[in-house]
Amino acid sequence: MKLMLATLRRDAVLAARNPGEWLNPLAFFLMVIVLFPLAVAPEPDFLSRIAGGVVWVAALLATLLSLDMLYRADVEDGSLELWHASGEPLYALALVKALLHWCISGLPLTLLSPLLAVMLHLPDSAYLALFLSLALGTPVLSLLGGVGAALTAGIGGGSLLLALLILPLYVPVLIFAAGAVYQASLGLPYTGELAMLGAMLSLALALTPWASSAALKLNGLR
Amino acid sequence: MTGTSKTQTLCLNAYDITCERDDRVLFERLAFQITGGELLQVVGPNGSGKTTLLRLLAGLNREFSGEVRWKGREIQSVYPEYARERLYQGHTVSVKKPLTAMENLRWLCAMESPGDEALEAALESVSLAGYEYTPCAQLSAGQQRRVGLARLVISQAPLWILDEPFTALDHAGIAWLEQQISHHIGHGGAVVITSHHALTEVSTQSELVLGGGV
Repeated sequence: MKLMLATLRRDAVLAARNPGEWLNPLAFFLMVIVLFPLAVAPEPDFLSRIAGGVVWVAALLATLLSLDMLYRADVEDGSLELWHASGEPLYALALVKALLHWCISGLPLTLLSPLLAVMLHLPDSAYLALFLSLALGTPVLSLLGGVGAALTAGIGGGSLLLALLILPLYVPVLIFAAGAVYQASLGLPYTGELAMLGAMLSLALALTPWASSAALKLNGLR
Repeated sequence: MTGTSKTQTLCLNAYDITCERDDRVLFERLAFQITGGELLQVVGPNGSGKTTLLRLLAGLNREFSGEVRWKGREIQSVYPEYARERLYQGHTVSVKKPLTAMENLRWLCAMESPGDEALEAALESVSLAGYEYTPCAQLSAGQQRRVGLARLVISQAPLWILDEPFTALDHAGIAWLEQQISHHIGHGGAVVITSHHALTEVSTQSELVLGGGV
């Protein structure tokens, strides 16, 4: 527990000293959303139909961009080995890392989303759905992505492999989240989709830390 | 041999340890014992398995046959407890360059959660007084190692497992580390070390030579 808090604090300070690492994916996310209406068609009717999907695809890709660095530095400088040597369980580390990753990627995306929805002419009825789907869905992306990052941390240039491994797992989140926003924009109930996202989040919270821990043992600690 | 489980004396036993890596036998049927007040220096040419042996003794590597016991019990079966009682320092310095010496040391000693005074005193003892709040990116390789080694001052662990701790240290640093080790042993601690450096300060030491025939 002490080590969990210390790591949370250390990594937060590291993120604050190295803002480029997490601001870049965020900037990428913003740019995609800003450029989309320019490239396609700036008609409100058309944009409002695709808005949810565009925000979600951009959020998913931005998350993927920032995943690669999750464990790499710790594997290289021996911090991971020290964590293991301390006797603290590795799933606790996986949980801390996923939480931190969400705080610097998913959380800002979620908070920015109402603003972006305006730019894409999202109907008023779908604002809450977009916000809630991001709030429930992006932690799943961080948790699942953590497993992939743990698997590829020891491989040089593993980011493409990471994308290949993780994207299929992201597809259900994308389908249900974008579905919820679309339903809401038509004025239909979307609680079913949100419930599915909630279920995915609970499942990911319960299972992915163990999967990440097994993956870390495989590659950092032979 | 089984009598050690009753007494709580510091005792690390290795029984019949064999380790292979990529179809090559690194070491075979090793058996030794280290008790409190003793130092074991593992020597051998590069690639002879010194680091592998140390990681295995630290409980970080399970790909071997044989058994390692701490106080008479198999280390994996008492792992969290064993982890608190031994200090493992790998050959990499786990120092984050954007962080200051204090911040790094605070993380490295997180399990002991020492106060700021204790951290400052530890850094002073490794001659880093005045560098406490300097980012480690601005420190030299030797100074970064000193930040890592300042753990030894704070740690309460009776068993130290140190992998090439003398790397990149200057004469003063080497003397300091030797003094720390002999102090630890003098107070009943045990030390396992890999190094090509001959320790002059420590009297009770034994040597384990790996890879003689390879």
